[in-house]
Amino acid sequence: MADFFFNTTLGMILLIVGQILLVVVPLLVALAFLMYLDRKIWASVQLRRGPNVVGVYGLLQSFADFGKYIVKEIVVPAGADRPVFFLAPMITLVMALVAWSVIPFNDGWVLSDINVAILFVFAVSSLEVYGVIMGGWASNSKYPFLGSLRSAAQMISYEVSLGLIIIGIIISTGSMNFSGIVAAQDSNYGLLSWYWLPHFPMLILFFISALAETNRPPFDLPEAESELVAGYQVEYSSTPFLLFMIGELVAVVLMCALISLMFFGGWLSPIPGLPDGIFWMIAKMGIVFFFFSLIKAITPRYRYDQLMRLGWKVFLPFSLFWVVFVAFAAKFGWFWGIYARWTVGG
Amino acid sequence: MSVFAFYLFAISVIAGGLFTVVSRNPVHSVLWLILAFLSAAGLFVLLGAEFVAMLLIIVYVGAVAVLFLFVVMMLDVDFAELKAEMAKYMPLALLIGLVILMQFVMAFGAWESNAAAEGLRAQVTDTAVANTNALGMVLYDDYFLLFQLSGLILLVAMIGAIVLTLRHRGDVKRQDVVAQMMRDPSKAMNLHDVKPGQGLR
Repeated sequence: MADFFFNTTLGMILLIVGQILLVVVPLLVALAFLMYLDRKIWASVQLRRGPNVVGVYGLLQSFADFGKYIVKEIVVPAGADRPVFFLAPMITLVMALVAWSVIPFNDGWVLSDINVAILFVFAVSSLEVYGVIMGGWASNSKYPFLGSLRSAAQMISYEVSLGLIIIGIIISTGSMNFSGIVAAQDSNYGLLSWYWLPHFPMLILFFISALAETNRPPFDLPEAESELVAGYQVEYSSTPFLLFMIGELVAVVLMCALISLMFFGGWLSPIPGLPDGIFWMIAKMGIVFFFFSLIKAITPRYRYDQLMRLGWKVFLPFSLFWVVFVAFAAKFGWFWGIYARWTVGG
Repeated sequence: MSVFAFYLFAISVIAGGLFTVVSRNPVHSVLWLILAFLSAAGLFVLLGAEFVAMLLIIVYVGAVAVLFLFVVMMLDVDFAELKAEMAKYMPLALLIGLVILMQFVMAFGAWESNAAAEGLRAQVTDTAVANTNALGMVLYDDYFLLFQLSGLILLVAMIGAIVLTLRHRGDVKRQDVVAQMMRDPSKAMNLHDVKPGQGLR
């Protein structure tokens, strides 16, 4: 049996498909509950009850929504570019899911353990912008087009600062592999040895850039209901809309995973002595997601020019400075060498 | 497995390139071009050059092609006019294409490579060193000055573009962010006692 899976081409393909399903299916099921959680947190902040009708405490609300989206009619605007119109939501979802192939959940629990994992995630997230642009353009309508242009400019701007923030982490680790990054945060001091401490300003910047990159409030300008109705999604209904929505949420959860891996030590235990494991990773992702939801409820929307100013005039120079600072600190071993945790080479 | 992957990527590079040329809609052309870039990145991965592949995606697909797409979407292109022009230039284009093809054939026909180079081409660096690290060593140690110089050239180009497009206009109200943040009700509001029939003076 094992021989079939490891030595024949068909077996290898089946094995890979099985592994992919092992990641994607739990992710999508978790997503349903995260969506519910998101709405519950939002409701709690505003002293509402949130979804509480479908299932116990409304736990099955997302599944009901799922069914509702699927059975609705697909409306295609007249003059829309049909192939591109339907390709756009698929690209959004697929690109959001592809990035998970290099995310490790535990020591060695990763689909593809490549050297350039961070760059891969970065490259794939830079492709997500195409779903937005294509969706807006193919709708052949003014509001979606304006919304998609805004959104694309926003995503590209914040990718620049995300990239620079990541460079600081890469310099400290000397590797672009997530397992390497987590291994570099391992020491006898538990949570004090994780990167959130030496790279604290970058944690804040990364969190805010992640909000902007995933079009979450307070940077949800692409779908600013009051000015653009719903941005690039206006003309979408039924399953294509559902794909957009899932794709966006998967991207948010991916950002949670990235923050946990790069700043909070992934699957490492916060207290020395306790065993490391996947439950730490999930708990950390959950906590980061809680903050994502909380921010949605408590912040007012940014104006577009403020958003651009923040990205280019504040985040970019500061993260550039930080890269230079980390490079010096790592090279000369400043601050007891907390910036130089090279796991390879060095 | 990697043979399947190679043919998959190779076919989609060629198909992407072909449809880039023959698509009637320029936006579709750019989308096909992106497919060609992505497939080329896949071929780089198969060659073991994963760093170059990621750079190709981040720089070309993530940034340059988005700009292409923006520009093409904004352009108002008249296709009928373009079609008429195409017939006029077709003989010349065919001639140039033929000349280039002949040059290629002649160049590759006369090319003799060193026997040792054949082995080196497949494996340029030591397998023990990841190729990102190897690239870093070469770029920042051996070719440090050239690397800095190319950065400087890009900087000059960037400054040039800004200088060419930047216009200072006096009649535009500019935002002062600090002043905006320092505003409070006591500075922003004035109370006036308005007499009937007189208004504010």
